[in-house]
Amino acid sequence: MTEFHSRSSGGTGGSPPGIRRSSAAGGGGKKGELSQPAGWRCLLSFTILFLACVCGFISRLFAVIRFESLIHEFDPWFNYRSTHYLTTNGFYEFLNWFDERAWYPLGRIVGGTVYPGLMVTAGLIHYILNLVHLTVHIRDGAGLLSACFVAVVPGYISRSVAGSFDNEAVAIFALQFTYFLWVKSIKTGSVFWTVGCCLSYFYMVSAWGGYVFIINLIPLHVFVLLLMRRFSKRVYIAYSTFYIIGLILSMQIPFVGFQPIRTSEHMAAAVPARQTDAAGQTDYVFCLCLCRCAAAVCVCRLPQQHRLDRSMERTLLFTWDTGYAKIHIPIIASVSEHQPTTWVSFFFDLHILVCTFPAGLWFCIRNMTTERVFVVLYGISAVYFAGVMVRLMLTLTPVVCVLSAVCFSSVFEHYLSDELKQDDPPAEDAADEDDRRNSGSLYDKAGKLCKHQVCEEGLGSNIRSLVIVLLLLLLLMFTVHCTWVTSNAYSSPSVVLASYNHDGSRSILDDFREAYYWLRLNTDQHVRVMSWWDYGYQIAGMANRTTLVDNNTWNNSHIALVGKAMASNESVAYDIMRLLDVDYVLIIFGGVMGYSGDDINKFLWMVRIAEGEHPRDVRESDFFTPQGEFRVDKDASPALLNSLMYKMSYYRFGEMQLDFRTPPGFDRTRNAEIGNKDVRLKHLEEAFTSEHWLVRIYKVKDLDNRQPLERKPRVTSTNHNHKSRKGSRRKRGLVKNKLVLKKGRKLNRKRKQTRLDSLQ
Amino acid sequence: MSNSVISVISRFLAEYASSTPNKLKVIDAYLLYIMMTGALQFLYCLLVGTFPFNSFLSGFISCVGSFILAVCLRIQINPQNKGEFLSISPERAFADFLFAHTVLHLVVINFIG
Repeated sequence: MTEFHSRSSGGTGGSPPGIRRSSAAGGGGKKGELSQPAGWRCLLSFTILFLACVCGFISRLFAVIRFESLIHEFDPWFNYRSTHYLTTNGFYEFLNWFDERAWYPLGRIVGGTVYPGLMVTAGLIHYILNLVHLTVHIRDGAGLLSACFVAVVPGYISRSVAGSFDNEAVAIFALQFTYFLWVKSIKTGSVFWTVGCCLSYFYMVSAWGGYVFIINLIPLHVFVLLLMRRFSKRVYIAYSTFYIIGLILSMQIPFVGFQPIRTSEHMAAAVPARQTDAAGQTDYVFCLCLCRCAAAVCVCRLPQQHRLDRSMERTLLFTWDTGYAKIHIPIIASVSEHQPTTWVSFFFDLHILVCTFPAGLWFCIRNMTTERVFVVLYGISAVYFAGVMVRLMLTLTPVVCVLSAVCFSSVFEHYLSDELKQDDPPAEDAADEDDRRNSGSLYDKAGKLCKHQVCEEGLGSNIRSLVIVLLLLLLLMFTVHCTWVTSNAYSSPSVVLASYNHDGSRSILDDFREAYYWLRLNTDQHVRVMSWWDYGYQIAGMANRTTLVDNNTWNNSHIALVGKAMASNESVAYDIMRLLDVDYVLIIFGGVMGYSGDDINKFLWMVRIAEGEHPRDVRESDFFTPQGEFRVDKDASPALLNSLMYKMSYYRFGEMQLDFRTPPGFDRTRNAEIGNKDVRLKHLEEAFTSEHWLVRIYKVKDLDNRQPLERKPRVTSTNHNHKSRKGSRRKRGLVKNKLVLKKGRKLNRKRKQTRLDSLQ
Repeated sequence: MSNSVISVISRFLAEYASSTPNKLKVIDAYLLYIMMTGALQFLYCLLVGTFPFNSFLSGFISCVGSFILAVCLRIQINPQNKGEFLSISPERAFADFLFAHTVLHLVVINFIG
């Protein structure tokens, strides 16, 4: 029991099964004394961890069981495609891969703009399994891999469900492992653990851009330790080794390059390095360290060109100040994962842990040691960042788990303490001090020993069991909630939608895949498909066609051009499409099914992004009604009614009547009857519409052979008083009654002459 | 003023020569050598320019890294610090030192280009 407690406080970060541990720990404590307690403890902890792994693994399989082994969302399709490329072509080809089928006509240097950690891990597992002659297709292996990194909490599950093949699946594991090793190296002061921490940090850098969190949190920890005067030689050894080896390791990833010594978000790491040297203890080491820190300063000063001028990477700036991004960088502000977190999502993802987390924090602060400082700092900073961006709930979840575990186990400890007073209280941390203080005071007053014990027991046992039962109930509800959330909210591959009919049976909407496969089978291999950037990776992955813009969103002006094409009228859009060699246009339309994630709902973001680059051609205010509403019915603004997106979405929709209560052309998503029912397209023709009208593909027509005249043809002067000359009156110069030659008949000479005479 | 500085330095040197064990003196000599190498590299970079920047960085960082690792080793071996490093014997410290150096030099070789 106490052993779990020490583990949860000392071993922060190692794959945290969190709550599971302490709930079972409560059960374990109740078993009372056993012979060879150390051995039993070991067995218990292994069993519990194993069960936690199995549970975590199984709960991630909802998606695979209900739908099929399919890759979800958008980004995973790119990761899947890259891993496929990696396994077919080898590692060096992957590092040097230039993808010309994305971001037409610019192409994309994948090797230099990607975090390869996930693909390498998946590729490695695939390779090993193949060596053992278990042929596993990447698609299945990738899904299973992400199910291996465990925690039961939905906050983590959301990104690591079987099928969600995204960077965070690997990155959160690497993050926790790095933190665990860091705490271990601070505790022991050994260089071995520090180098292990560096290697794990390297893995994290290769997996996710969130590594900046590590490189700022660890220096912050050291700095706070300096302030609290808990600084010791162990911390110095750990930090200085970590900094320098981590620095050079992180520069190995091409995407990171020289950023660690150039950009300001990495500068924070160098500061404690200098300060730790200044706070060095012995004289000799002090002199030497001064020289060393001078050297470090030189390293930082050296790259003269745009060192600190180059501002922080845009996403990081966004996490500090969200207001800035909304105005200046609309692309980042538009991503749904970057929205600020609401209380609902906090509770949804973390359930009870939201309440027990501050309690655990308080326990840690009350019994402060070097390692606990780290956990407290991690918790506080993670809470701030999770409040800024929904996506960063991931980094918050593990620390919430750990601190809640601290809280739960210390509460259990306190209320189960009568059984454990008979064991020699181990010289451990936290609430044990409570017991020791109690027992100390009891032993002082030897005479009153028995009475006190009796008093405590008598008072305690009812309340104790009540409290324990309550806590166990809470934990039970927590697990039920987690499983429910996983199965309902986080296990749907967004590629395949499921809806439920009146009688409860399920109907599957497979429109996306239907459309992508149509593209794959019915179009030429080299056609270019224009769509909004959300679908880029999916088109590239499933339809295997060249796209213009995709989820990487590295080129804002290219995306703005696509947005301008969608928002302008058909002729302007056609010019842009001819400029970009577009052959097909793909849009998502949810009006028939009531699907709210379609392109008309995203339209305003397209306009904002286009306005950022072409402020004179596209104005957001044009698309609102004079009262300031965004409507698609008769009162919609003319700019909206003429825009390409509107026309493409509602082409032929005006004839469609969904049910007898609503008029034809009733848009279910916006709950309005559309304004312009008679949509005519001049430069596009409809190529494909999926079964429930979710995906619509249009082909861009070539230029006409003959351009129709824009002006009226010129009227030449004609003779308006035209009289008919048809009469038998002969005029001079007119030959009438021409000679008719009948074949086969010889003319008599005599007859010929008389005829000629008669003519004159 | 200068007298006191000189006397401080001379006293420092005398005490150093007498009271430090031989092992630490060896490490200190090694540290001095590394520092010289690092200074030379830096000087070269100032004179000639930073063109293959990754080569310069990897060389310089290998100097700095070796320096720090040696400092860590010195701290861990020093018998005055035994209280802080209960679980780490001098042999273990040296083994860690070698391990860290292996990792460092592998990365440096990869980065030097």
